[in-house]
Amino acid sequence: MIRFLVFRALGLIPVFFIIVTVIFFLIRLAPGGPFEQGERFVAPEALEQLRAAYNLDAPLYKQYFDYVAGLFHGDLGPSMKQPSRTVAEWIVLRAPVSIELGFYALLFACTIGLLAGVTAALRPNSVTDYVPMSFAMIGICVPNFVLGPVLMLIFSIWLGWLPVSGWGPPATKVLPALTLGAAYVAYIARLARGGMFEVLAQDFIRTARAKGLGEARVVLRHALRGGIQPVVSFLGPAAAGLLTGSFVVEKIFRIPGLGSQFVEAAFNRDYTMLLGAVLFYAALILVFNLLVDIAQALLDPRVRYGK
Amino acid sequence: MKLRTSLCIAMLAISAWTIGCSSGGGGAAGGAMLHVGAGAEPQNLDPYRVTGHNEHRVLTSLFEGLTTLNQETLAVEPGAAQSWTVSPDGLVYTFKLQPNAKWSDGTQVTAKDFVYGWKRHLSARLGSEYTYMLWCIKNAEEYTKGTLTDFSQVGVKAIDDTTLEVSLKYPVPAFLTMHIHYAWFPVLQSNVEAFGAIDDPNNTKWTRAGNMISNGPFKLEEWSPNQIIRVVRNEHYWDAANVKLDGVEFYPISDLATEEREFRSGRLDLTESLLSTKIETYRRDNPDLLHIDPLIGTYFYRLNTTRKPLDDPKVRRALAMSIDRQSICDSVLFSAVVPASAFTPPGLAGYTPESSIPYNVEEARKLLTEAGYPNGEGMRPLDILFNESEDHRRIAEAIQDMWKKNLNIEARPTQQEWKVYLNSLTTLDYDVARSAWIADYLDPINYLECFETGGGNNRTGWSSPEFDALVEKTRLSPEQSVRFPLLQQAEQLLLNEAPLAPIYSYRQRFLLAPRVRGLKSNMLGYLNYKTFSLADAQ
Repeated sequence: MIRFLVFRALGLIPVFFIIVTVIFFLIRLAPGGPFEQGERFVAPEALEQLRAAYNLDAPLYKQYFDYVAGLFHGDLGPSMKQPSRTVAEWIVLRAPVSIELGFYALLFACTIGLLAGVTAALRPNSVTDYVPMSFAMIGICVPNFVLGPVLMLIFSIWLGWLPVSGWGPPATKVLPALTLGAAYVAYIARLARGGMFEVLAQDFIRTARAKGLGEARVVLRHALRGGIQPVVSFLGPAAAGLLTGSFVVEKIFRIPGLGSQFVEAAFNRDYTMLLGAVLFYAALILVFNLLVDIAQALLDPRVRYGK
Repeated sequence: MKLRTSLCIAMLAISAWTIGCSSGGGGAAGGAMLHVGAGAEPQNLDPYRVTGHNEHRVLTSLFEGLTTLNQETLAVEPGAAQSWTVSPDGLVYTFKLQPNAKWSDGTQVTAKDFVYGWKRHLSARLGSEYTYMLWCIKNAEEYTKGTLTDFSQVGVKAIDDTTLEVSLKYPVPAFLTMHIHYAWFPVLQSNVEAFGAIDDPNNTKWTRAGNMISNGPFKLEEWSPNQIIRVVRNEHYWDAANVKLDGVEFYPISDLATEEREFRSGRLDLTESLLSTKIETYRRDNPDLLHIDPLIGTYFYRLNTTRKPLDDPKVRRALAMSIDRQSICDSVLFSAVVPASAFTPPGLAGYTPESSIPYNVEEARKLLTEAGYPNGEGMRPLDILFNESEDHRRIAEAIQDMWKKNLNIEARPTQQEWKVYLNSLTTLDYDVARSAWIADYLDPINYLECFETGGGNNRTGWSSPEFDALVEKTRLSPEQSVRFPLLQQAEQLLLNEAPLAPIYSYRQRFLLAPRVRGLKSNMLGYLNYKTFSLADAQ
């Protein structure tokens, strides 16, 4: 297991290198740059100086090697368009917010999703199957830019229970987490239903029931472990999706997370900020995938022994 | 039973937690704190490293230039300067600073602070995008461009601690009104240089809360990016006795729908703007909260004169004349703006354009026929370029329809992402492009000089030596009685040649809570927070 982990961790280095290289050159292909003429005329001298200050006047290959050299020293550079902090400072400031939001959303999605999925699988083609699954379908279909404002309207404006936007006291975190997690509730419910349905039809479950075990014990002790395997596989990409895909929710609810910073950096051609954010996300996704591999190995011995 | 009891307790706990916490989330009532929507998150709070209106909204509370403006009449009033004199040729201004003007750390505001600030702003290495605002000062442009390295040659001098002398390159009648712009604010040398060099673009730590020293009515207490900027009363401010608010909380909310909901929930007293689609609802249900007031800004279409068939003034004028601006303002923009038939908005510093491009379809068709395109025949389709915005798209579609109906010309609305759009505009890679101009200061020349040959704001390829001469002549004349007729001639020439099609004059629209007193709307959208008070404050 340790060998497997070390091997996987070492494998991340070339992946990072490829990501840095591809993104570094790709973002420079987009028209415009961080320091170009704006809607109003800007003195060309000022733009030249700004480009020079951020090393953008150097040949592209030099910019690239300088950037990579900086990375070796842990230096992600200054943000070109949000210069009040360096890229590293921005990530330290804003990533925890996105991670926290993603965590709540995932917690919500798993709790409700598993509950709905397992309930549905226990009585297939009955009301307890159709009702949660129909809600799950709605969850997938309603985009978060619709759900967010609707929840805001109901809980903040009409009922006045929760703040409209912002990020601070726990109450501010409820609506964004629900909005972000809703679509994942649906996915998890469907995956859990499928997984459980399959497992419940297997021989060892029939054996357990034949031995006279209670239904709760059969489901929780024997079926659930295998039934949630598809959900566990999905959690890696889901966690990554929740963290990187929180831009819309962050914008609607005015949350100071990295998602909005990332998208703004792309629009502003803030090369250093964009690269820093991409690297951070890449690291996160790779780590999540690793964690999923470990979780699967723990849940299913066949994965552990490479069978 | 046990389960039910546990559930009840859990639900009660959750309710208490959420309700308890929501009251801590803000709320416009309580204390004399004004809660203001600030638009997008400020890029910076260094007055020389920002370019946006959203930053202006915050910085005017923190810093003060030599003069301020009366919010209602826009008359010049003392700011950091107590009084001033102007030489008869309008070239030399001598400012006497307030004797009790202090920075927020209690040190005296001196003339040297202005000299230092402007020197820093003019340093090319700092890379300020608003440097050109200061180029009306003698030798300032040369200093930025590096042809002059000795700053003592630049026309700004501290005669003594409280006397500042500014020599201009040419007379600028609006000079005294310019100082509400952050480009002219002073900064404190010891504050800036405690964190880095005078001209280091990455020297930004001095702008953080706890570090920043400012000379305005308020000082920075908290800056949590994308959450809140809180400024509180600066007890050292020279006119602190007349500052009624305890502070201002700025909420950076870039999403207008969220901002409007925050206003409805009571967290905001003043919004930055309002979605055009919400105007009708407020007019109907809460007209007392809705404010729609004049703003010096023109929304127009640039016509690329370097491309056929737009190189023909007759075609350009025909296109401009066939736009029913009244209908756009009424149906597309819910009467929140007014039609513009000239480039300079009416009433700017007493100047109202006498010439115009009327809506006249018959005349437009005639011009098109004269240009060799009877009933639009032989005319290629034109692309209407605009950046991402629902309003821009709806306007472009309305104009597409008008050109088809009135002139039988095909147009294709083309949306581009902001930076791509700017790139297309700068490289003249467009046919027709959405544009806007909001004046930097109160002088009609600020509009017309946009279209000087080769000017950075021209971006249409249009050139007229006669127009250039009129603008230059205006620039050298100190008297408005001489300047305005020259500007009228220039505007007429511009509209005859029509490298642009004016569409509407801006209106600022915002929501204001009834408890706020002292906000007087003006054409500049300038807010002087020291005049604000709250009806329910203790």
